[in-house]
Amino acid sequence: MKYLPTIGIECHVQLCTKTKLFSEVDNDARGKEPNSCVSPVDYALPGMLPRLNGEAIRLAILAGHAMNCKINPHSRFDRKHYFYPDSPKGYQITQFYHPIIGPGYVELPSGTKIRIEHAHLEGDAGKLTHFETYSLVDLNRVDTPLIEIVSMPDIHSAKDAHDYCKELWRLMCHAGVTYGDLYNGNMRFDINVSLAPEDAKELGTRAEVKNLNSFRSVERAVTYEIKRQSKLLDSGEKIIQETRGWNDAEGKTTGQRSKEEAKDYRYMPEPDLPPINLTEEFIETESAKLPPMPSDYRNKLRGILKEDILEILLDYPKLMQKISELESTSTISLIANLFTSVLLAEEKSAEYLNDLPSAKELKELAEMNEKKELSSTATKEVFLRLFDPQMKNRGAKNIAKELGLIQENNLDALEKIVDTVLAKPETQKAQTDFKAGEEKVIGFLVGQVMKESKGKANPSTVQEILRKKLS
Amino acid sequence: MKIANKKITAERLVRDALKKAKHFADYNIFTFINEENAIKKAREIDEKIAKGEKVGKLAGVPYALKDNFLTPEGETTASAHILQGLTSPITATAVAKLEAEGAIMIGRTNLDAFAHGSSTENSYFGPTLNAYDKERVAGGSSGGSAVAVALDIVEFATGTDTGGSIRQPASFNGIYGLKPTYGCISRYGVVAMASSTDCIGFFTKTPDDMDLLMSIASGQDPKDMTTLPDYYNESDAKNERKPHKIGVIKEFDNESVNSEIRRALKEKCELLESKGHKIIELEMPSLKYALSAYYIIVPAEVASNLSRYDGIRYGFRSENSTSLDSLYDHTRSEGFMPENKRRIMIGNFVLSSGFYDAYFLKAAKARTLIIKEYEKAFSKVDYILSPVAPNPAFKLGEKVNDPVAMYLEDVMSVSLNLAGVPGLTIPAGRTKTDLPLGLQLVGPRRSDKKLIEFAKELI
Repeated sequence: MKYLPTIGIECHVQLCTKTKLFSEVDNDARGKEPNSCVSPVDYALPGMLPRLNGEAIRLAILAGHAMNCKINPHSRFDRKHYFYPDSPKGYQITQFYHPIIGPGYVELPSGTKIRIEHAHLEGDAGKLTHFETYSLVDLNRVDTPLIEIVSMPDIHSAKDAHDYCKELWRLMCHAGVTYGDLYNGNMRFDINVSLAPEDAKELGTRAEVKNLNSFRSVERAVTYEIKRQSKLLDSGEKIIQETRGWNDAEGKTTGQRSKEEAKDYRYMPEPDLPPINLTEEFIETESAKLPPMPSDYRNKLRGILKEDILEILLDYPKLMQKISELESTSTISLIANLFTSVLLAEEKSAEYLNDLPSAKELKELAEMNEKKELSSTATKEVFLRLFDPQMKNRGAKNIAKELGLIQENNLDALEKIVDTVLAKPETQKAQTDFKAGEEKVIGFLVGQVMKESKGKANPSTVQEILRKKLS
Repeated sequence: MKIANKKITAERLVRDALKKAKHFADYNIFTFINEENAIKKAREIDEKIAKGEKVGKLAGVPYALKDNFLTPEGETTASAHILQGLTSPITATAVAKLEAEGAIMIGRTNLDAFAHGSSTENSYFGPTLNAYDKERVAGGSSGGSAVAVALDIVEFATGTDTGGSIRQPASFNGIYGLKPTYGCISRYGVVAMASSTDCIGFFTKTPDDMDLLMSIASGQDPKDMTTLPDYYNESDAKNERKPHKIGVIKEFDNESVNSEIRRALKEKCELLESKGHKIIELEMPSLKYALSAYYIIVPAEVASNLSRYDGIRYGFRSENSTSLDSLYDHTRSEGFMPENKRRIMIGNFVLSSGFYDAYFLKAAKARTLIIKEYEKAFSKVDYILSPVAPNPAFKLGEKVNDPVAMYLEDVMSVSLNLAGVPGLTIPAGRTKTDLPLGLQLVGPRRSDKKLIEFAKELI
């Protein structure tokens, strides 16, 4: 039987605030000792009270705006209770009843719109590492601000699930609200998959797969679930509403916890934090700070850049920003190609991305290329040097000069070099052969001129001169 | 309370207080005596005075600290086994303010574990005895602090009042006890009982001492987002509008209230009338919901606030644990007192899925009614004078096995906590058997300073 899959996705995004959501401790624990970014508020000493970080509110407004969401002027925090060592307070501070971000939508590159139900602010949990007879608790991640984005069940294929997650990631990165490092769990996805006969009016029973941290695992897990559930339904079995885990190595989901054993979180309004009341003015001012979004770039650069190049570049907000600073379409197209074909292939690309050359330098490079002062190979070389810590900031022209890469385009000068080469005894045979109609020896002659010019001559101009002289 | 007059040294004051604390050891007032540090601090103050340096408003004044305030001096136990071994790395805001003015903590005082109770009998360290009758309870939960002041061991003591925990023991021991407006004093560094009703306050022997302490400890604190913008020191203490209108609550005037307390209330009303004030009878029918609403909202917050005590990061951890679940089970079973467990169970029940609307949400609505009832009352009168509790100090063990009877002790005190309004216990004579009587003077929110000033009219 044919079934229509329906998929809803919850996504947790870690916000890149300086300090934690409820304390003044460093929020960036990358490369730091376990339990070194933890204050008494975070490890829940008695008598400690949460202090709301205003930066998290501002980032939530940006994130909401990036998803075309309504920002709720009145929101509030609630406590979600459960016992586990990753939750020092015994509850997570979240927004269950009144979230800060209201309904909106995300448009996929294909044009499909996925509606957002709401998104809320909450504190992250700590991390446990299990050993045979004991477990270790690291609270560095406790109360890192998160926004949890809840989609409507608008997704109907594994590909759309993948594209939605990827587009969310891009939106959040472009909005500048997260570091967006998926490997380190900056964004995590929970997928809800259900199947129903194509003409059915009601949705089927859903299974949830939690804690996926790559777009590919989202796509694979959805595909797996669709197959698993189809098989069960085909054989007349019922789907159990449950939480399943994803085994990436085996490409399988496995049952973890069924609804009957589901936890009762005993939600309660957080009495230690007053409600958040935002004025319309504040929401507008903060929303206006949203940088250009992927759709803005698509509208602006469609026609200038090939779609595949554009989609690659959209994964790198800093590159997109840089490219949009370049005015002329030919410059944009040249630099965009250099970014995709040269920079992203470099081993150090991640490092390089953090400190891009100025638009002025890039324009200078593009001009030299256009004026044929640089060959395409030389252009690539100078381009890479613009990122080299020892060379950068000297300007494309100076770098090209220092490396002796500027092409000789002056006809008189080139003619002189050509004459010198033609006068050499070792070129005489080739000249005779060419005149006799042996077309391919022109390459040898051009090579000799290039050698004489120490590589600075423009080879196509050299060829033109040679042909003229030998005709 | 000022000692900067050089007639007596801080060290002498502190040594006297420590001596008295030891003398009254059988009352079981203290969970910790801060002897060494207190004497050291007193000497430092004496040196400053000798050198003519400026000292604070409370320089050298010995005080007692309810053992649910966090400071690095001594273990903070909240009289609960589960916090055993916890020495705090931080100092509560209220304590830091007192110490900055030179006050010297000579000891931590006993309380009902986690402030759950009305008699200090729920302490892991056993009950504190009443200052006037050793067979009777000190009241609670701040029993140790009340008795420390009543027995004149210290000049003042700190307390917390979630449903009467300052006002009731103050009345049982014949002293002043203030529960300020909610949010007037920072809760930062005070072991939480119920976040939306917890108030930090004091026990003193005079209204003037109370005013001085409030002027020091009050104020907005960035570490407690529920604190109100500063108002105490800006508010006018003068009660200009004369004569004052004082409300008495009709619903509290019945047989269920001890006759001697009703007599004391009548006498104080007559005193006020003799000074030209007007007594007005108030009907406050919504107050009948207060106790039920309180015993839903407070246990819910209690259950939540006590979730952090799991034996993982600090405090007591049971030796009998074999797995994570059994670690939780044993640590919490062995570490909490029966009353703690009772409130955790009630709280978790009213918050559980399917019951939230029926209990918690309904109680929250009742709370709104009570807030409005007080607003209405204060549109008619300036203050309300009422009993604090239906009875004077009861006998040790009398109610300990009857939780409902114990909860009924709070029937007149809890509505103030739900409404967030201030209440000051004033001494109101003695019973025929010489037990202290107290009454509470209640004012609108932010009227704390005037309330304290007006208390002088009742002397």
